[in-house]
Amino acid sequence: MMTLLILFFPLVASLLVLISGNKLASKVALFFSVIELAITFYCYLIYKQSGAESFYYFKEWIADPKISFHLGMDGLSLLMVILTNFLTPIIILSAFNRNIENAKGYFSLITFMQFALVGVFVAYDGLLYYIFWELALIPIYFIALRWGGANRVNVTLKFFIYTLAGSLLMLFGFIMLYHYNPSHSFDIRELYANASKVCSCNQSWLFWLFFAAFAIKIPIVPFHTWQADTYKEAPTQGTMLLAGIMLKMGTYSLIRWLIPIVPAGVAEWGPYAIVLCVIGIVYASVIAIMQKDLKKLFAYSSVAHVGLIAAGIFALNMQGLQGSVVQMLAHGVNVVGLFFCADIIFNRTQSLNVEGLGGIRNVAPKFNTLFMIVVLGSVALPLTNGFIGEFLLLFGVYEYNTWLSVFAGLTIILGAVYMLRMFQNVMLGNTNETTSVFEDLKWNEMLVLGIIAIVIIVMGVYPKPVFEMAEPALQQILNNALIK
Amino acid sequence: MNTLIYTSILGLLCMVVEIFDFRKILVPMIILGLATIFYINIEDWNHVQFFYNNMLRADNYSVAFSGLAIVISAFVFVLSSDFYKDDSKHISDYLAILVFVLCGALIMFSFWNMAMLFLGIEILSISLYIMAGSKRFDVRSNEAGFKYFLMGSFASGFLLFGIALIYGATRSFHLANIAAYVAAGNISPIFYVGMTMMLVAMLFKVAAVPFHFWSPDVYEGAPALVTTLMSTLVKIAAFGAFYRLFYVCFLDTLGSINLILAIVTAATIILGNLTALSQINFKRLLAYSGISHAGYLLLALISMKGGTANAIFYYSSGYAIATIGAFAVAILVFKAMKNENIDAFNGLGKKNPLLAAALTMSMLSLAGIPPFAGFLGKYYIFSEAIKNGQIALTFIAVLNSIIGVYYYFKVILAMYTKPADETEVSGNVSYYVIISVCLLLSVLLGIFPGVLMHLF
Repeated sequence: MMTLLILFFPLVASLLVLISGNKLASKVALFFSVIELAITFYCYLIYKQSGAESFYYFKEWIADPKISFHLGMDGLSLLMVILTNFLTPIIILSAFNRNIENAKGYFSLITFMQFALVGVFVAYDGLLYYIFWELALIPIYFIALRWGGANRVNVTLKFFIYTLAGSLLMLFGFIMLYHYNPSHSFDIRELYANASKVCSCNQSWLFWLFFAAFAIKIPIVPFHTWQADTYKEAPTQGTMLLAGIMLKMGTYSLIRWLIPIVPAGVAEWGPYAIVLCVIGIVYASVIAIMQKDLKKLFAYSSVAHVGLIAAGIFALNMQGLQGSVVQMLAHGVNVVGLFFCADIIFNRTQSLNVEGLGGIRNVAPKFNTLFMIVVLGSVALPLTNGFIGEFLLLFGVYEYNTWLSVFAGLTIILGAVYMLRMFQNVMLGNTNETTSVFEDLKWNEMLVLGIIAIVIIVMGVYPKPVFEMAEPALQQILNNALIK
Repeated sequence: MNTLIYTSILGLLCMVVEIFDFRKILVPMIILGLATIFYINIEDWNHVQFFYNNMLRADNYSVAFSGLAIVISAFVFVLSSDFYKDDSKHISDYLAILVFVLCGALIMFSFWNMAMLFLGIEILSISLYIMAGSKRFDVRSNEAGFKYFLMGSFASGFLLFGIALIYGATRSFHLANIAAYVAAGNISPIFYVGMTMMLVAMLFKVAAVPFHFWSPDVYEGAPALVTTLMSTLVKIAAFGAFYRLFYVCFLDTLGSINLILAIVTAATIILGNLTALSQINFKRLLAYSGISHAGYLLLALISMKGGTANAIFYYSSGYAIATIGAFAVAILVFKAMKNENIDAFNGLGKKNPLLAAALTMSMLSLAGIPPFAGFLGKYYIFSEAIKNGQIALTFIAVLNSIIGVYYYFKVILAMYTKPADETEVSGNVSYYVIISVCLLLSVLLGIFPGVLMHLF
C-alpha cells in the first residue's frame, strides 16, 4: 500500500498544483513534494525494519495479453525513488525567485514528471514499466518546449523523436520477449526466471533493441547527439530533471531490465557495449575540455560520467554494480548542483560563456564556497560522493579488463582538467564589468546549494547505508545475469 | 435485428420532421433515438439470431461493432446542430442521410449473405456520395462527391464481380454455405479470382494503398463533419465487414492471398506515413494518417486468428474516439480562422488552452503514446501480429510509428510555439461536451482497457 501511496501522491499533487493558480503554484508544489519526501523517508524506515517484502503490490490489469499492475521496491528501486523524491523539492525550490510565465502549468508538469519517474522505478511488470517510461517523456517535452530557450522547437522535437524511437524498439523487444517466454508474461519474476529459456540466438538481437532504448536515454556515445542541445535549450529545472533523474532511468534500466532478462545477449555483446562506453567517456571528456558554454560543458561532463556508470554495469561484477548505484545517486545530486550554479550565473550575468566571466569569488564568497564543493564532488575528490562511486566503478572495470580501466580512468584526469579550469575561469581572477555587480546567494539558492553540499560530503564520508540497501537486489540481479 | 429497423425508422422520421417543420427538436430526437437503439442493440448480446431467411445474423461481433457505430454517430450528431446552424434549411435532409449511413454500417456488421454485404456497402456509400458533395456551391465539395462516386462505383463493380464469381464456384450467396465449400476442399480457380476481386473492393473501402487515392481528396473537399464521420464510422464499418467476410468465408484460403495482403499492408503503412509528413492541410493530414492507421489494422487482419477481432475492435474504438476529439477541435478552429491548414492552429495554446490541450491529447493518442487508448491499441495489434508470425511486418510498423510522431507533433508545435493572432476561437457547449467525453474515454480506455479488450 505504501508503494501505491508513494506512486500516486505526486499525480494528485500535480492536479492540485494545476488548480492552485499561478501565484501559489510553486509553494504548493514544494509543499507536496516535501510531503512526498517524508513519505519516502517513512518507506525507508519500513524497509530498514522489514525489508522489501511489504512493498510488493500485485493486481491483474489486462488478462490477455497478460499485463499486471505489479509494483515493488527492493533496495535498488527504493534508492532511485529516494533520489527522485529528494531532488524534486530541490528542483522546485531552485525555481523560487525566478519569473516563470504560467507557473501553474510549469510546476504541475514537474510534479507530474515526478509521478512518472517514480513509476519507472517501482514498476515490476515490463509493459507497466514501459508505460511509465514513455509517460515521463511527455511532461519533460512540454517543459522544454514551452519554457525553453530560443532554439527549443527543433531541439526538443529531435529529443522527443530520438528517445521515442528507442522506446519503440524496446516495446518491440518486450513483445518479442513475451512471445518467446514460455510463461507468456511481462512480470519481472517470470522474465527473470525464464531468462535462460529464451534461445540465445534470439537474445542476441533482443539485446540491441533494449540497449538502443537505454543507450539513447543515458546517453552512451554515439547515441548522445540529442543531449547537449536539449540540456542547453531546456529551462534550468527541465535540465535538472533530465540530467539528475531522467538519465538515471537509463542506467537503472540497464541493471533492472537489460542484464537479468537477456543474460545470454549481454554475455555475447556486453564486451562490445563496454568498449563503446569507454570510448564515450574519453570522447565526451575531450569535447568537454573544448566547450566554452557552461551548460554544454556540464552536459558533456555528464555524458562522460554516465558512460563510466554504464561501463561499470557491463563489467558484471559486484564492485561495478555497487559503484554504479552510488555514482547514480552522486551524479544526480552533483549535476543538479552544477546546473543550478550555471543558472545562478546566467541569472546574474546573462552569460554562460566561460571566458567572459571571472572573479565572482571576490563578490560572492558564499556562492564560491558552495560551487567549489559541488565541483569537487564531480571531479571525484576523496571524501566527496563522486569519489566513492568512481573508485568502485573503476575497480569494477579493472576486474573486468585492465586496459579498459586505464582508459576509463582518464575521466578523472580529464574531468579535473575541464572542471577546475572552468572554475578558475569563472570564479577566480579579477572581476570584469559583467561580474563586478554579481549578487551573492538568495535564501532559496543558499538552501538548495547548502543541502546539496551537505549531501555531497555526507555521502562521501559515510556511503555504507547505500551499499547495504543495494546489496541484496544487486546480488539477485547478478546471479540472474551470470546464469548460462 | 430490431436495431436496423429502428434506425431506418429514425431516418424516415428525420424527413417527416421536415414536413412539419419541427427542426428545433430534430437533433435531440435523433440523440434520444440513438440512445434507445443503443439499448435495444445491447439487448441482443449473447443471443445468436438469424433474420430474414438467414440474410442477417446478430451475434456478439455485430452487436459490439454496431454499438460502437451508434456511439460514434451519436457524437457526430451532437456536433451537427451547431455545425449546420447557418444551413438550417436543409438540416433534416442532411441528418436523415447521415442516419442512413449508420443503417448501411449496421448491415455491414451483421450480414450473413453476400447480397446483404453489397446492400450495406451501397447504402453507406450512396449516402456518403451525397454528403461529400453537400456543400453545393463549393467546388471542392462537388469534386469530392463526384470523385468519391466514380471511384466508389468502380469498387462496387469489383465487389459485384467478385460475388458473382464466388457464386459461380459455390452456387450460393450464403456465408455458411461458402464456408462449407471452402472447408470441403477442391476449390475451383474461379473462386480465387472472385476472392481477390472482393479483396480489391474491400481494400478500396478501407483506403489501403494502392487504392487510397480518393481518400485525401474526398476528406479535404467534404464538409468537416462528414469527414469526421468518414474517417471514423465508415472506416470502422469497412473493417468490420472486411473481417467478417474474410474470417467466416475465406479463413482457410487466406494463405493464397497472404503475400498480396502483406505487401499491401507494408505499402499502406509506409506510404500513408511518409505522405502525411508533407501535408499542410489538416484534413489531408488526418486522411493520410487514417491510411496509415488502416495499415495497422490490416496488420491485424493478415493471417488472422480468433483474437484478432478483439484487437481490431479495441484499436478502432481508440482511433475513433481520438479522431472525433481532434475533429471537434478542428471544426471550431476552421470556422473561426476560415482556414483548414495546419497553420490555422497557430497559437491555439495561448488563445484557448483547453482546446489546445484536448487536441494535444488526441494527437498523442493517435501517435500511440501512453497512457492513451491509442497506445494499448497499437500494442495489442503488434502483439497479435507477432503471435501470428508477422515479425518483419511488425517491425516495419514499429519504425513507422516513429515517423507518425513527427506529423502529429507538427500540429502540437503549431499550437504551442507559433505566434497567435487576434481571432478568438470558441464554440458552443456541445463541442466542449463531446471533446471532454472523448478525452475522458481516451484516458479511461487506456487505463481500463479490459472493458473492451475481451469481448469476443
